[in-house]
Order: sequence, then structure tokens, then C-alpha cells
Amino acid sequence: MTYELPPLPYAKNALAPHLSEETLNFHYEKHHRGYVNKLNQLAAEKPAWAGKSYEELIKTESGVVFNQAAQIWNHTFYWKSLSPNGGGAPTGKIAELINEAFGSFDAFKEKFSAAASGHFGSGWAWLVRDDNNKLQIVSTHDAGNPIKDGHNPVLTCDVWEHAYYIDFRNDRPKYIATWWNLVNWEFANSNLK
Amino acid sequence: MMITSRRLLNNAAKAPSRSFSTAKKFSLPALPYNYDALSPVISGNIMELHHSKHHNAYVNNLNAALEQYADAESKNDVGKMIALQSAIKFNGGGHVNHSIFWTNLAPTKEGGGFADPKFHVVQAITKKFGSVEAFVTKFNSQTAAVQGSGWGWLGFNRNTHDIEVITLPNQDPLSVTGLVPLLGVDVWEHAYYLDYKNARPDYLKEIWKVVNWKNVEERYLEASKK
Repeated sequence: MTYELPPLPYAKNALAPHLSEETLNFHYEKHHRGYVNKLNQLAAEKPAWAGKSYEELIKTESGVVFNQAAQIWNHTFYWKSLSPNGGGAPTGKIAELINEAFGSFDAFKEKFSAAASGHFGSGWAWLVRDDNNKLQIVSTHDAGNPIKDGHNPVLTCDVWEHAYYIDFRNDRPKYIATWWNLVNWEFANSNLK
Repeated sequence: MMITSRRLLNNAAKAPSRSFSTAKKFSLPALPYNYDALSPVISGNIMELHHSKHHNAYVNNLNAALEQYADAESKNDVGKMIALQSAIKFNGGGHVNHSIFWTNLAPTKEGGGFADPKFHVVQAITKKFGSVEAFVTKFNSQTAAVQGSGWGWLGFNRNTHDIEVITLPNQDPLSVTGLVPLLGVDVWEHAYYLDYKNARPDYLKEIWKVVNWKNVEERYLEASKK
């Protein structure tokens, strides 16, 4: 069984001008695909874990195997957290839940942006929910995935430098401001209970 | 009369308590060469961003954290002091690491890339790893494998009088291990992305052309002094 790279939900130029085609090309074809290739290389040695799903690997593995599986999963979730038709204020159930948990969309936006821009080094900022749909913002370091801590991811923002360096250089806050123009509220709603 | 006295007492009570430290201002060191001096190994584009944006931000954020720390200390707010420690470690480490890094590099016309066999550190490397090439292979393999952001280091162990290759995550300075830094290679993506994209191993292969072995030797002689 070989691990496959899930297709990008849109064309590589679909998120422009917010995120360039060049960024998506490198981020998807080199980084995301790179993790899949590496996992398959490791799986070729027929270890006990080969064939397990990404979620299972995230929950049970560590080290280099965890890193590949988690990064594959994280990136797939990231692409879905963005949409060419995204952005703007949240609608549907997620809007209610955001107000409940954070007071207002603006308050949530400020907190999430702070978590994403303030993270030291590589990692991810997540909106997660518990079994009662209570929302929370968490950040994970490097390949960290909140499933491992029992959270249910709702949205994510990649803050590894490769996610923004081509378009924004060192200016991570500007990249995060752009993320809000692409955020996929439909996907967020689909991750609720 | 009474009101005035009370006001005087109140003012006295608000007088700042003695600080136990003064926030020191750190500053961005100048590069020993022009931004484009290491091109094409590391482009002027990267060097300018790396020095004037990334390193500069560590310096500014370190100073800001230390100012807040001094303020917290003067108020005996231990909780706040502890909360600031990760920002001091991260930004302080970033400042320390990059300050070393700039001196560890030199243009080829100034000796960059030339591991002079007369250097004591080159002899120590040859003795321990078999050859400089073998050392570079090991260093690169370990450093390429850093997950996320971090650094590869050649350090000196004052206890064993030996040199060691080690990697550290994020901006953790080598001092946390007790080793003395001789040579550090930054493998945060900002160090190479514009020139090498995701190909970290290519960057690691090329950077040895601009490693300032004279500086590594100076650091080795200093560290190995009895």
C-alpha cells in the first residue's frame, strides 16, 4: 500500500493574488509531496505501521514517522481551510460558536492572528472544537497536530516560513492578514458536530 | 494642611522601588562584509533580509522583553518574570546565534571555504572524523534532518576537550548544552529559501564554500586554552 498525495482542492493559481501560484507550486509539489514521498520510503521497509491511516499514525507514532504523517495530514487540512471563494465574516453555525467562545468575530480574529504571528519558529495555528462544539485556539510546534491531544480541528494556518516566504518574506503578520481573505468558512462548518 | 501631608505620604508610597537590574540595550552587529559578498552561495537578497529583518527583529524583541522583565522585577512580579523567559530565550538565542553566524562566514577571496590543514581545528576534525569531507558529510546529514527550524553546530566540549557535532531546535543557543560554539549553520527556512527553496541539502552542500575557517580556528584556540 502506498500513501497518496491528496489533490489540491483548486488550481495552483486559484488563491492569487493573495497566495501566488509560485507559492502553491512549491508548497504543494515540493513540501507536501515531499512528506508523502518520505513516508513511502519509510513504509517500503515494511515496518509494522505501514498501511495505517494518517490519523492512526498521528495518534500512535513519534519521531520521523509521526513528522511525515502529521505534516501530510496538516497540509491537506490547510488547503481545505483556504478557498478562492473564502474570506469575509463567518456565516452559519461557526459564526454563532465564534461569538459564544470569543465574544465577537473581531475578538476571535485578533486572538487567532496573535497566536499565529506570535508562534516561535515553525508550526501551526488551529481553531479546534471539543465534543460540545466549544471552540478554542491552539498552536502546535513543527509537525504537531492537535488530534494527538484529543482536539477536533476546525481550521488551520501554516506558519512554517515556507508557507509565506515567497510572497511575504519575513512579514508573517501580513501573510496572516491575507489568510483571512481566503479562510474557508464552509469547511469550518463541515468540521463541527 | 492635612490633605497636603496625605498627598505627600501617598506620593512617597508611589516612589519606584529599587530595581535589581537595568534593562540593557543590545544592538545589531554590523556584517563583516557587504550583503552580496557571499553570492552566489548566499545571495545579497537573503543576506539583507536575514541581517536587517530577521536578526534585527530578534535584537528589538530581546530589548523589549528585557525592558518588560526589568519592570516586572522592580514590581517583584515573579509570575511575569517567568512568563517572559521564553521570549528572552527565543530572541536572545536568535541574537546570539546570528551574531556568531555572520563571523562564521567569509567571502572566498577572504579565505571562505579554505580549511587550512595547518589550523588546529582542522587537525582535530581530521583526527576525529577521518577527513574534513567526512566531517562535512556527517554535519550536513545531521543538520539536514533538523525537523522544523534550528541550527547545526560544531562545538567544543571543555570537559572532554573534544569537538562535537550537534543540532538544536528553534533559536536555542549552543550554550544550553555547555558546549562552546565554533561553527553554526542556520537551517531555518529564511536562511536559504529564496535561493534554494525546499532544497536544504543543496544549501548545506554549498555553504561550505563560504565557511570562515579562520574564525572557526580562532574560536577553537580560545575555547581549548587551558
